[in-house]
Amino acid sequence: MLSKKNKEALFNPLSKDNPILVQILGICSSLAVTASLEPAIVMGISVIAVLAFSNVIISFLRKTIPTNIRIIVQLVVIAALVIIVQQILVAYNYDVSKKLSVFIGLIITNCIIMGRLEAFAMHNRPWPSFLDGVGNGLGYTIILVIVAFFRELLGSGTLFGFKVIPQWCYDHGYMDNGLMILPPMALITLGCIIWYHRAHNKELQED
Amino acid sequence: MNKNSNTYQILYAAVMVLLVGTVLAFIYMALKPKQSENIANDTRKQILSSLHLATPGDAQVKDTYEKYIIQDLLVDGDGKVVDSTKNVAFDVQMKKNVKLPADERLLPVMKCKLDDGSVKYVLPVYGAGLWGPIWGYIAVNDDGNTIYGANFSHEGETPGLGARIAEQPFQDEFKDKHLFVEGAFKSVAVLKKGQKATNGAEQIGRLPCPLRGFPEEIAGCSQPCRGR
Repeated sequence: MLSKKNKEALFNPLSKDNPILVQILGICSSLAVTASLEPAIVMGISVIAVLAFSNVIISFLRKTIPTNIRIIVQLVVIAALVIIVQQILVAYNYDVSKKLSVFIGLIITNCIIMGRLEAFAMHNRPWPSFLDGVGNGLGYTIILVIVAFFRELLGSGTLFGFKVIPQWCYDHGYMDNGLMILPPMALITLGCIIWYHRAHNKELQED
Repeated sequence: MNKNSNTYQILYAAVMVLLVGTVLAFIYMALKPKQSENIANDTRKQILSSLHLATPGDAQVKDTYEKYIIQDLLVDGDGKVVDSTKNVAFDVQMKKNVKLPADERLLPVMKCKLDDGSVKYVLPVYGAGLWGPIWGYIAVNDDGNTIYGANFSHEGETPGLGARIAEQPFQDEFKDKHLFVEGAFKSVAVLKKGQKATNGAEQIGRLPCPLRGFPEEIAGCSQPCRGR
């Protein structure tokens, strides 16, 4: 069930083969939804679900898919899955579907999903593909949460919408940094995380 | 069969499209009634929220709505009532309505009576945000001037930025603002902090403006998008 290879598929994307920090995939959405923690977490959970199940479906179909049109097939699977999830949410959990609406479109265009289908699910059995999807989704979510934590804390002085910086700080001249909620600071924050990550992982350093 | 032959590829693509299309169509048709009911209930919740009424659960929302909304009205550009049949205002599609020439539009108004006996009027508004449509409901006191409450929603504004129009702190800022200033209709301007409305309208100036494109005769600002 959790052989060495399966463990690698699940745990490597959390750090050593992280989709954002190492593979540099999914950068656009990680900049777009990290102004605060809540949308970052919702986006992360959505990507985990879509990535895991699209990996499984493509893995089941992998021996039948013609090489020339494999990208189209993968796209159709991702889009169909996302639409189904969206329709079910609108019918049975409308409030959540309202929160997710903007993220659904972003999920379809997320390069991590296409990247993992092409690199892993097309060559592996369904169970390892499922674990790879969950692992990469988690690796993506962790980075989103870290970036969102700093952006919301320093940009708005809040976490999950609750004020965490005490009033006396503001009384003594502290100010929220409005630049933090703008996309350029997401990129700079992400750059700092990549720098820190590589500095602590010798095998990722290039000569 | 050779997987890379043209016949196989065409057959594979055709079967896949048919299969996916059928599944999606089936799911859409099966879920449509439930989705329509949810959307109508959500609209009712938004209207009740503009009146500061606690949002009830899905099972009670229709009853609560019918308890407080005592009359639906359709008025023309001069404010003359042209229709007052039940749900006539609720059923107006604002998206289609705002595309009509101003003199052909029939504007929906909902008359409400709260528990304390006060009468409020709810005015639906609709316009363009940065990424898609935004809409809302403005509840006005019976003086026709003072805003009692507001509720805004959007289709796909940026989380943490424009999407914050749907949050309570932003909506609360509309309370007690006035639509008329010194007898002239000005509505409320939403501007960046530090900016000042050029038409003398009362203004909200805390958040980036997401209200670009609200129809002038409804939103009232001569430059409603200055805050963006």
